[in-house]
Amino acid sequence: MSHATQPLGAPVARREGREKVTGTARYAVEYHPAGRLHGRIVPATVARGRVTAVRTADALAVPGVHTVLTHENAPRLREPDDPVLAVLQNTRVPHRGWPVALVVADSLEAARAGAAAVRVEYESAGHDTVLTWDHPGMYTPEQANGGYPAVRERGDVEAALAAAPVTVDATYTLGGLHNHPMEPHASTARWADGHLTVHDSSQGSTTVRDSLAQAFGLGRDRVTVVSEHVGGGFGSKGTTRPQAVLAAMAARLTGRPVHIALPRRYMPALVGHRAPTIQRVRLGADRDGVLRAVSHEVATQTSRIKEFVEQAAVPARVMYASPHSRTTHRVVALDVPTPSWMRAPGEAPGMYALESAMDELACALGIDPVELRLRNEPAVEPDSGRPFSSRGLAGCLHEGARLFRWYDRDPQPAARQEGRWLLGTGTASATYPVLVSPSAASAHAAPDGSYTVRVNATDIGTGARTVIGQIAAAALGTPQENVRVEIGDSDLPPGSVAGGSSGTASWGSAVHHAATALARRLAEGGGVPPEGVTATADNEKEAAASPFARHAFGAHFAEVAVDTLTGEVRVRRMLGVFAAGRILNARTARSQFIGGMTMGLGMALTEGSTMDPLFGDYAEHDLASYHIPVCADVTDLQAHWIDEDDHHLNPMGSKGIGEIGIVGTAAALGNAVRHATGVRTRSLPITPDTLLPYL
Amino acid sequence: MRPFAYLRPGSVAEAVRVSAERPEARFLGGGTNLVDLMKLGVESPGLLIDVSRLPLDRVVPTDDGGLRIGATVRNSDLAAHPVVRERYPALSQALLAGASGQLRNTATTGGNLLQRTRCLYFQDTSKPCNKRQPGSGCPAREGVHRDLAVLGHSPDCVATNPSDMAVALAALDATVHLRGPEGERAVPATEFHRLPGDNPDQDTVLRPGEMVVDVVLPPAPEGAASLYRKARDRASYAFALASVAAVLTVRDGRVAHASLAFGGLAHRPWRARAAEDVLRGAPATEETFARAADAELAAAEPLRDNGFKVALARNLAVGVLAELTDRADRSR
Repeated sequence: MSHATQPLGAPVARREGREKVTGTARYAVEYHPAGRLHGRIVPATVARGRVTAVRTADALAVPGVHTVLTHENAPRLREPDDPVLAVLQNTRVPHRGWPVALVVADSLEAARAGAAAVRVEYESAGHDTVLTWDHPGMYTPEQANGGYPAVRERGDVEAALAAAPVTVDATYTLGGLHNHPMEPHASTARWADGHLTVHDSSQGSTTVRDSLAQAFGLGRDRVTVVSEHVGGGFGSKGTTRPQAVLAAMAARLTGRPVHIALPRRYMPALVGHRAPTIQRVRLGADRDGVLRAVSHEVATQTSRIKEFVEQAAVPARVMYASPHSRTTHRVVALDVPTPSWMRAPGEAPGMYALESAMDELACALGIDPVELRLRNEPAVEPDSGRPFSSRGLAGCLHEGARLFRWYDRDPQPAARQEGRWLLGTGTASATYPVLVSPSAASAHAAPDGSYTVRVNATDIGTGARTVIGQIAAAALGTPQENVRVEIGDSDLPPGSVAGGSSGTASWGSAVHHAATALARRLAEGGGVPPEGVTATADNEKEAAASPFARHAFGAHFAEVAVDTLTGEVRVRRMLGVFAAGRILNARTARSQFIGGMTMGLGMALTEGSTMDPLFGDYAEHDLASYHIPVCADVTDLQAHWIDEDDHHLNPMGSKGIGEIGIVGTAAALGNAVRHATGVRTRSLPITPDTLLPYL
Repeated sequence: MRPFAYLRPGSVAEAVRVSAERPEARFLGGGTNLVDLMKLGVESPGLLIDVSRLPLDRVVPTDDGGLRIGATVRNSDLAAHPVVRERYPALSQALLAGASGQLRNTATTGGNLLQRTRCLYFQDTSKPCNKRQPGSGCPAREGVHRDLAVLGHSPDCVATNPSDMAVALAALDATVHLRGPEGERAVPATEFHRLPGDNPDQDTVLRPGEMVVDVVLPPAPEGAASLYRKARDRASYAFALASVAAVLTVRDGRVAHASLAFGGLAHRPWRARAAEDVLRGAPATEETFARAADAELAAAEPLRDNGFKVALARNLAVGVLAELTDRADRSR
């Protein structure tokens, strides 16, 4: 090996980059076991009701159709670990788009034609799919997503707000958002000698294996789930999805391998989304901008079958010092698809509201928005009183303001015009917690001097495979090219889900410990025997609770141009500075940051799922109508970071970076739109229909 | 997608003859919309007549100084054509404002004219739609309709025509040339698409068996400049919330010639005759332009969630006419 050892942090290129760009990297439906059949879901066309009959004769008459699974003939499942997986088990329709049958055929075309020929009859009741602040079904749950308490109170918020010389009271309304990864959810399932093998597009095949083992009543050793390459997930593949269960059911019933790829159109109802939220933020401050009270109240929705509560008020427990605080979540169960994780659940919508409100406060006070945030830096985590392991917000604000030339700004709104364009700048803070989940890894030394690390990590496009190789190489003191990385298979040592920005910390800690143990054994001498030397380790130490409050922070700066004739908003430049511990790969980290910022741009300006109250579904079913940003929307986008030396994290010193890029972006853009135009819309996305009436 | 037969005819005559004999047939150009609709189950033709290789792929000058554009000329090629860019810039701009580079490389002139509405209900076979299934109802009127029509809609249909190109053709007084079993005929671009009325399943005035063979542009008016502008939800690859194509000649500070068409507002490109009446002979000022736009848009009947389109169209029209006037001033 002629390659030099590269330090952690080096911009190492993706290990699988060549396979991906040449099309040889295989995704879940690109495994073609002999005799494979194709499954096609029949989605419910009512939003609430019961199936009274499924007439399959016409479908079964379609040439090539093998069978139609319905609630009457589908294999019975044990109670799954997630209610969204209890498909074809009874007649209940909890929302439009719920699977009511599965057609299995020789070809995709036959399956599709068969699905179109299935006649389903329903007994339907009136549906209720519209979130309102004072919906009579609203209740306060025990917990919000992530296990956070639904309600936290300190001091006397009402009294402090009443006494505060300056207050902001604003309500922000966010509709649904969909993850829409490039690769739709897909599974190929086959049974052999009682062993179930599934190639699944997931963010964590250990999780999927456990779900399938539970649902089918199997030992975990009788299920293998492979997710070798995954075309994005953004949270929607972080939990097991119905297509994996349906493919396994169909494969069991037919005795043949079955593959199911969800059409894009079925995803809005079946793979989770960011729930709509209505958020009321009240801030009370002294005239010098020091906060006296922070109140963040969130109302959101979930489905009838599963409680998922978007934890949007949680970041207000972290961000700013305030003697009086209340953060609450309420939720109502509606006849809607089940919401779930979408990149930075909680933080992304919550920081839109909080950071917009901070901007409103800055405007009310006549204090620069960067300065206002600096004046409210807490000494300890406000909610818990725990010390921060490190808190880089102030550094990010300072550095970002300098790089962006923030202080050239005239705070006067609607003051800069170029032709028909009004220009403005905005800023917002970002935060994301440090999460670590249990994982194990092995490291193996071969007699030829090469190494192999094994951990069931998942690379959903982030560069996980590459950074794991770097972590192992650093611990072994060898060039990273000398380390083979095996991930994406549930038969490997168990790894946690690629979610919560926790992957690198979780898998990486286990890999580091295994590689370090291996290096120690090799250092004892005696050479490597023919069968090699293997060391294993887990990350129990890192996954344990910490006495410290551990969060990444960041600061966004944005400049927008608003067309005064049309209300179109175009982003001139965006700049983010992040403090996320030690950056382990400058190249893939940058992609994570700018990817998150781009998704935040979409949240702010282009993306939105419209609940159609007539039918009870999200109306946008394709990428022509669900507007993710295109290249022309993303021009000058910069990500910078401040390396932190934080010894309370993990052996690599890293915090997560997958989600913080989307946190605060929408607020920075909304604040820039307000600066450009003087108009505060308080809802997203900011499209011409929402902005033009005020211009 | 249902199985279908495929035919590659050797001539326009054969294409038209087969089409007339087989009502379940559809002409296939670039397929960028039709194939999508087949996958969705919105269209299920028994036969595809692939006209994309017929010798209709040329752009040639006409004897009177206009331009004849073959039905299978690709959108990218038409947008880049030097004569189009020089004399009919609104057409080039409209084409480039549509779809994406990949789609424009495939989509044809005839296919662009015949693309179907992107109304979400039309594309969703699990829901009613009078255009897709006559008599089934129109949920868009009460449902999701932010993107839909404010002008010329009917109780049965509030869909919009999605084409950018067709808006420019309407403003440029283009003519659509058709060949059918009964011979050839020419239809003004402004009359090629229809209003929905009580039979919204008919997008155009095409008769059974007829195909688009070419589009003819008249000579560009002396001294006229043209411009297309489109407002949309993102910077590229989005249909128009509203758009405007305008051709304007200003002499001695007065409007000598003006033609104006709106996109994204109606079931067809909306040629703004009432606005043109106000413009003709009037001082070329923003006040005139606003009065003209208002005269046209007075007929608007917005739905619950699309009233913004009226102001948007007005602003676009005023802005485009003002910009054309500015340019005329500067070039003098």
